[in-house]
Amino acid sequence: MGERFYHTIGWILLASFVGVLAYLCTLNPTKFLELSLYGLVLGSIYALVALGFALIYKSTSILNLAQGEFLMVGAYICLSLILQFQIHFIWAFFITLLFSIFLGLAVERLVLRPLIGEPIISVIMVTIALSSILKGMVIMFWGNDIRPFPKDIPFLAGNPFPVFGVPMAPIYIWSFGLAILFLLLFAVFFKLSRTGIAMRATASNQQVSQSMGISVKKVFAISWCVAAVVSSVGGIILGYISGVGITLSFFGLKVFPAVILGGLDSILGAIIGGVTIGLLENYSGGYLDHIIPAVKEVFPFVVLVIILFIKPYGLFGKEEIERV
Amino acid sequence: MPSGLFHENYSNDERIFQTLWVKGWLWVFILFLFFGFPFIVSDLNKILRFNVLHTAILTGIFVIGAHGINILTGYTGQISLGHGAFMAVGAYTSAILMTKAGFPFILSLPCAGLLTAAVGMVFGVPSLRLRGLYLCIATLASQFIIEFTIRRWTGLTGGTQGMFVPYAAIGGFVFDNDKKFYYLVLVLAIATTAFTKNLFRTKPGRAFIAVRDRYFAAELIGVNLFKYRILSFGISSFLAGIAGALWAHYIALIIYEQFTIHLSIKYLAIVIIGGLGSVLGGIFGSIFYVGLEQLLEVMSKELSTSFPLFITYFVSIKEIMFGLIIILFLVFEPDGLAARWRTVKAYWKLWPFSY
Repeated sequence: MGERFYHTIGWILLASFVGVLAYLCTLNPTKFLELSLYGLVLGSIYALVALGFALIYKSTSILNLAQGEFLMVGAYICLSLILQFQIHFIWAFFITLLFSIFLGLAVERLVLRPLIGEPIISVIMVTIALSSILKGMVIMFWGNDIRPFPKDIPFLAGNPFPVFGVPMAPIYIWSFGLAILFLLLFAVFFKLSRTGIAMRATASNQQVSQSMGISVKKVFAISWCVAAVVSSVGGIILGYISGVGITLSFFGLKVFPAVILGGLDSILGAIIGGVTIGLLENYSGGYLDHIIPAVKEVFPFVVLVIILFIKPYGLFGKEEIERV
Repeated sequence: MPSGLFHENYSNDERIFQTLWVKGWLWVFILFLFFGFPFIVSDLNKILRFNVLHTAILTGIFVIGAHGINILTGYTGQISLGHGAFMAVGAYTSAILMTKAGFPFILSLPCAGLLTAAVGMVFGVPSLRLRGLYLCIATLASQFIIEFTIRRWTGLTGGTQGMFVPYAAIGGFVFDNDKKFYYLVLVLAIATTAFTKNLFRTKPGRAFIAVRDRYFAAELIGVNLFKYRILSFGISSFLAGIAGALWAHYIALIIYEQFTIHLSIKYLAIVIIGGLGSVLGGIFGSIFYVGLEQLLEVMSKELSTSFPLFITYFVSIKEIMFGLIIILFLVFEPDGLAARWRTVKAYWKLWPFSY
């Protein structure tokens, strides 16, 4: 069973999948459009969080299983800034971003740096331990129950706004816009800024970039900061949509299918994977729910297993060349 | 006491018990577990202020499961985040076979192990083309898929209601109290330990280690990577299934919430604390972890009388402690308690002439 065998299966699956979607689209265009739009919004949030994930993996080869907790901490901080300190949403948002920069820095410096060069399992376990600590702290400070964001934030609350004839609440439009904005911001950052280029250089070859005078330590730290920031943004958006609770951390695990689809070490792949998984999750929720209730919770993982069978390194992932 | 070991041939070197002394002590310890420990439990309860027998049973169950994950992760190098779900498969299989199909326990237990092994092997198939982090994520997916299936297949598993599990019974002998169950777990835990220890003196066991250390080189010298990875998944999940079934029969009510990703993580933590790739590690890790959990519980009980607020923070403190212990172990004792044990033993073996 060579590579071609898997590729053929992959193409057949993809074609039949597109066929099914096209059929569903002609069956009920409005429902399809609605699902697609909401799927796009969800997918853009996935893409945002997946970006941070892929970035960490690309530059430091660490699989960050605490990404979901970053997201949750961000949402909680923003919420308490608004509720307890009566700070306006915009300012709370920026203060949260500032805070997550510090969180990223602290985590990198205190937990990950001592483990450079350790085997994979240690690094994975350390991020799991980190997630446990963050979760424990969140429960300690904020308790266990789900808290809603205040609904009187002027531009987020408001009447549903028709998009292609589908009424959508402003928060969805805002979150889509925000996600796209951040993705663009980071795209420009990676393409044009000095630091961004240094980060890409480190990702492609650590040793060479170090000998060219790039501080790899700094790059690692910045990667964690960026990851923490994008997760916070995702957390605030999700928290606003569905309430802030411990369950938010689960979102971090659901990002895995997205990054695997795109390939763990590809940032473009993470974005495309995120959007695709968001769409798939919504389609499965819309069309399969009456067959298997709540299938959308697990559908991304089923897709993940299929992808791993057909294209183990994702769509854009770098295939490892192995030598003894 | 020997002050050093001298091997004159290979069979000598490969012996499990390097000296008669070690073997003797082990027998003493096993005899103590059989005939001494259950009888001093009530005294220990008073001193330690927690249910020691209950803790011992849990430890025994965790030892079986920890050997399972140690075979896969510690010896074959395949990180698994799905062992919690594999345990669930074992637990539910045994329970369903006994309640719905009328199997006796003596049959349902191995069936639980075998079915779990089959499920584990299916989810191990991606290891044909995956390794390292990608495989780790594939096992994570298996965790969620199995969990989802159990939660939603209400007709078979009771869904979110959970299901009651009858007592284990062999012939007419019913394991209906802690003391009886202790012996069941003890026998199985010892058997599993002996199996695991011996596994790595056989061809498959050595192949596992070769796959872990240099899989590419192993493949070049003729170790069939796929076969041994799948085999490792199979053996590992077989043990997880047995542990799960025992747990189900012990706690008598199983709900999918007991087998979440947290259980998988707990297992990984246990083998890391104990020592990856060491049979003793699984045992030490289980004792340490289960003991610590019990101690924390006792502490919270004691403290909650004087500090009523403590109980509200208990969950969070437990989470934080769990994380901290893993991090501290990884940073300061990456080879786990088993490595510490070896250094202590080596020190005493040659004492006072340790140079």
